[in-house]
Amino acid sequence: MEKYAIEGTPKTPTISFDIQAGVLEIKGRSIPENSIEFYKPLVDALDKYSSASKPTTTVNIQLEYFNTSSSKCILDVFKKLEAIHKGGSAVTINWHYEEDDEDMLEAGEDYQAIINVPFKMVQVAE
Amino acid sequence: MIDAFNIYDNMDRNNILLSFKGDITSELLTSILQIMENKMDNMQEEPKTKKKVYNVLVECLQNLYHHMDDATDGNGDKNRSAIFMIAKNNGSYNIITGNYILNENIHGLKTRLDEVNALSKDQLKDYYKSVLNNGEMSLKGGGGLGMIDIARKTGEKLDYNFLEIDNKVSFFTLIIKVTQPQLI
Repeated sequence: MEKYAIEGTPKTPTISFDIQAGVLEIKGRSIPENSIEFYKPLVDALDKYSSASKPTTTVNIQLEYFNTSSSKCILDVFKKLEAIHKGGSAVTINWHYEEDDEDMLEAGEDYQAIINVPFKMVQVAE
Repeated sequence: MIDAFNIYDNMDRNNILLSFKGDITSELLTSILQIMENKMDNMQEEPKTKKKVYNVLVECLQNLYHHMDDATDGNGDKNRSAIFMIAKNNGSYNIITGNYILNENIHGLKTRLDEVNALSKDQLKDYYKSVLNNGEMSLKGGGGLGMIDIARKTGEKLDYNFLEIDNKVSFFTLIIKVTQPQLI
């Protein structure tokens, strides 16, 4: 498995995980009623990746909306990344937020305070 | 004979943009969110306002979706349904939800709502982070973050009421106000 990809829907994000390149992207909306079910395959893929991680791992998060149910699952994803970071792959999480979306910036800062991985806050135009 | 005019007039006077009564399904939530998104586009709302309202709507609706089951063992069928309304008054949005709740569950919910209402903006941020990091995820999903998130994003107190129907169930109403963010 070199690539892991999921097409986005109105309630779930587009996920692409290029294992060869060590690049994970999550984009769009994450507002499913059952987010555990949705994120489990990604958490499993990260588990597998952790035993053969690349020297650097880049993570791009560009969410328009996410619900509180997803916020726990996103934290689980970040915890896996923290373990991968500790395991020797230099992980960077790029947290994108739209120019005037203070709530999204604050959400990124909340994760930054919890997770021991370098975070970059990236402002994007609307 | 159903007095449609009475319902129409009531909704008109209360500036109701959308109202629904019935079973809350996943598909219904998808539709409601889409309708509200289109409405706010048509009303040319500021992106900031749109985002806030949308976020709070998602949490309110999913709260209903996950918790309206709580009273099904009360009186059977009638309790499978909930009411949801969204109104716009003087530039601020009001999101109103109503559902049956077993009387024995009132105390726990009221305690949680009062806890959230007692916290300042900074305390809500800390509380959110601690529940996010330490709280157990419930099978229903939210793990108690929904109300904290709503209070944090709106900066308003959660306005609620419990109306006792009989010795088994009450009707729980939650009113969330989303004011237009200040344009700087």
